[in-house]
Amino acid sequence: MARMLSYSDKGSVIHSLSGTTKLLYFLIWSLASMITYDTRLLLFMFVVSLVIFRVSKVDFEDIAFVLKLILVFLCINLIAIFIFSPEEGVKIYQSRTQIVHLFGNYNLTVQQLFYEMNVALKYFTIIPIALLFILTTNPSEFASSLNKIGLSYKISYAVAITLRYIPDMQRDYVIVSQAQQARGIDMSRKVSLLKRIKNVAAVLIPLFFSSMDRIDTISNAMELRGFGKKNKRTWYAAKKMKRLDFAVISALVILAVIAVIITFAGGSRFYNPFV
Amino acid sequence: MRKAVIEFKNFSFKYRVQKLPSLSDINLTIYEGEKVLIVGPSGSGKSTLANCINGLVPFSYAGVTEGDLRIKDQNPAELGIFGLSKLVGTVLQDTDGQFVGLTVAEDIAFSLENDCMEQSEMLGRVAETAGIVELTQYMGHSPQALSGGQKQRVSLGGVLVDNVDILLFDEPLANLDPATGKYAMELIDRIHRDSKATILIVEHRLEDVLHCSVDRVIVMTEGRIVADTVPSELLSSDILKKTGIREPLYITSLKYAGCDISASIHPEHINSIVLEDLKDKLVKWHENNIPELNEPQSSKILELKNISFGYEKNRQVLTDINFDIYKGEMVGLVGQNGAGKSTLSKIICGFEKTSAGTISLNGKSLDTDSIAERAQKIGLVMQNPNHMLSKPMLFDEVALGLVTRGKSKEEIDGRVFDVLKICGLYEFRNWPISALSYGQKKRVTIASILVLNPEVIILDEPTAGQDFRHYTEFMEFLLKLNRERGTTILMITHDMHLLLEYTERSVVLAGGRVIADARPASILTNDEIINKASLKRTSLYELAMRTGIKDSRAFVQHFIDYDRRIRSNGTDVKL
Repeated sequence: MARMLSYSDKGSVIHSLSGTTKLLYFLIWSLASMITYDTRLLLFMFVVSLVIFRVSKVDFEDIAFVLKLILVFLCINLIAIFIFSPEEGVKIYQSRTQIVHLFGNYNLTVQQLFYEMNVALKYFTIIPIALLFILTTNPSEFASSLNKIGLSYKISYAVAITLRYIPDMQRDYVIVSQAQQARGIDMSRKVSLLKRIKNVAAVLIPLFFSSMDRIDTISNAMELRGFGKKNKRTWYAAKKMKRLDFAVISALVILAVIAVIITFAGGSRFYNPFV
Repeated sequence: MRKAVIEFKNFSFKYRVQKLPSLSDINLTIYEGEKVLIVGPSGSGKSTLANCINGLVPFSYAGVTEGDLRIKDQNPAELGIFGLSKLVGTVLQDTDGQFVGLTVAEDIAFSLENDCMEQSEMLGRVAETAGIVELTQYMGHSPQALSGGQKQRVSLGGVLVDNVDILLFDEPLANLDPATGKYAMELIDRIHRDSKATILIVEHRLEDVLHCSVDRVIVMTEGRIVADTVPSELLSSDILKKTGIREPLYITSLKYAGCDISASIHPEHINSIVLEDLKDKLVKWHENNIPELNEPQSSKILELKNISFGYEKNRQVLTDINFDIYKGEMVGLVGQNGAGKSTLSKIICGFEKTSAGTISLNGKSLDTDSIAERAQKIGLVMQNPNHMLSKPMLFDEVALGLVTRGKSKEEIDGRVFDVLKICGLYEFRNWPISALSYGQKKRVTIASILVLNPEVIILDEPTAGQDFRHYTEFMEFLLKLNRERGTTILMITHDMHLLLEYTERSVVLAGGRVIADARPASILTNDEIINKASLKRTSLYELAMRTGIKDSRAFVQHFIDYDRRIRSNGTDVKL
């Protein structure tokens, strides 16, 4: 828990790539996955994501909690799609194979299931890459790559500092929640969800104030050391683009082009196994 | 003719949000290459003075200035905060909060990055600076993962890398254990000699700073400079007593013995002071009062048996901890940063589960009790009050523990008002918490724990960041709780004075084990324990040695007893 979603150098190939490469990878990958509904392509990307995750040597435990959280949202999303548009799959795939009648106008169809599976698959192609990006990129180096692709360094640094303070905030949260528990505020499963949410809110207030103190100190420290003096700055942690980086970016561009071609070849973004 | 680098002339400053000026009528000249100590109680304006020099005033904290300030013959208003940062390097008090870089090297490089130095050149400069502050082997580490002293050296590296002319240290000893603090002063001294920089140290711990010599001491109180003199003159005057700054213990004990301190005997350091004419008086004072050391006997309240713990497998933080706390005791838990003191307190409160061992209260095991159940009996007051305070209003904050336990409104009102009276907070009962001072907030956290009527209170660094007057007030308040309510108190601390003055017994942790459990007078005169636990030998011990008093432990104990008598007779404890 204490080290959730924070960077640590595990020395894999993925870690050694420059931040710029990983940022581009993440952006193009997400874009490709968002555009296409081609099941074959999505499956392929999903498998590639898993392979990359494996190569990165990141432990599954490091992401387990976040993954669970995302899965919960994914389920909510899938159920919501079904509630608001139970015949979406039928409309898209122009055919109808009913499995079972549920109630009222709600019927479960193979087409709807297939469509929602595609939606889930999109999540699964992006999640490993997004998490990897956060876990394998040194925040300062990330800032330098944001700066390199044209973002102002002040904004870049703000992003990096936010990432850097995630572990600190987590530590503070643990301390504060322990203090509250000692006063008798129960945050375990023994109390109702509503009460638990209320009790967590009690922790957020002290957390907010201690974070404000932190911000005050850090901004003073930064100013005293000349941050914001010039329009440009250099980066100690900047990594030069290496041959591998260029190779990865080239492969990525080719993949993106192929993805676009495959997706739009049939005149529709959807791969249709039903006709 | 020496060259002036900092010149205040009839200078005043008032923060925009405050009614009264924080600095008035400051006339001060600091010359090139000087090493100057600025002392004063909290709120005396010493930090504001430092902030005027580094530019945080008025660029970050707005306000109205009058009079004239020149730094290296330039007007700070024209230089701006960035221009000033090339002349003045500041090491802030909160070393934890001021790290910008992810690694030590990056943090040191920060100001070079802002100057757009090329990466290749930067690498060399950073490596060189890391060498000066002795961090070469830690360059790739995260600053957060280092010890307190190392953290401070990272901050120091971050300003040294700029080759500034003036180095400003804001309370450099605040977060360090005694041995590390001593080392920090030696490092500052070395940098002073090697770099010829002008050095300003803002502190209230006079004795610890004077471990290495300083050229001048500026004493501030209520926004004014009340003394600007050399250490020997200061120590032989009554200025310290008037302004509420703790004088070195060896001076206090010499005064108790009836000795006159004059500048001519060089009282600025325990090794420099000429004792020839004072020896007899001191020995006589000692021999008249050799203390009897009888061990207090009462029943055990808290027992720790064979406690072991580790956050990760195969990495033990605590190993086989055994000690007992007796009813009504005030006990100190000491040891260097990272020795496992705070972890132990969390284990006692049930925040962490032990891997082995048993904790019992009044003979009954606590092992199956939940955090909330333990909290009824054992209260933990955390170091930072902001981590505990969660309600906007004082009354609600103190009542919180009772409300969540479902007590009736009458009972809550009664108990909260009682506790507020004990803690001297009754008059503030309708105040919002945000309007209270740091010390008052700290009292609120204690009140919110006391209201549950615990038998034992654990305080984590109760006096950190407080000046002598607040320290005394706060500790006398704890003493009163201890005496009048019989509350057993366990204090985690770095403060050697606190140990000597307010604890009957100290448990010393080092490397996750208990290495000593004895009277503070025995511990602070035992070199082996002192070294292992990063403590510092009390200057009383050295005084005893230099005077030829063989039983230094008895001498220290005598001093403690005498001092306690003086305090309980002499000071009127207001609550």
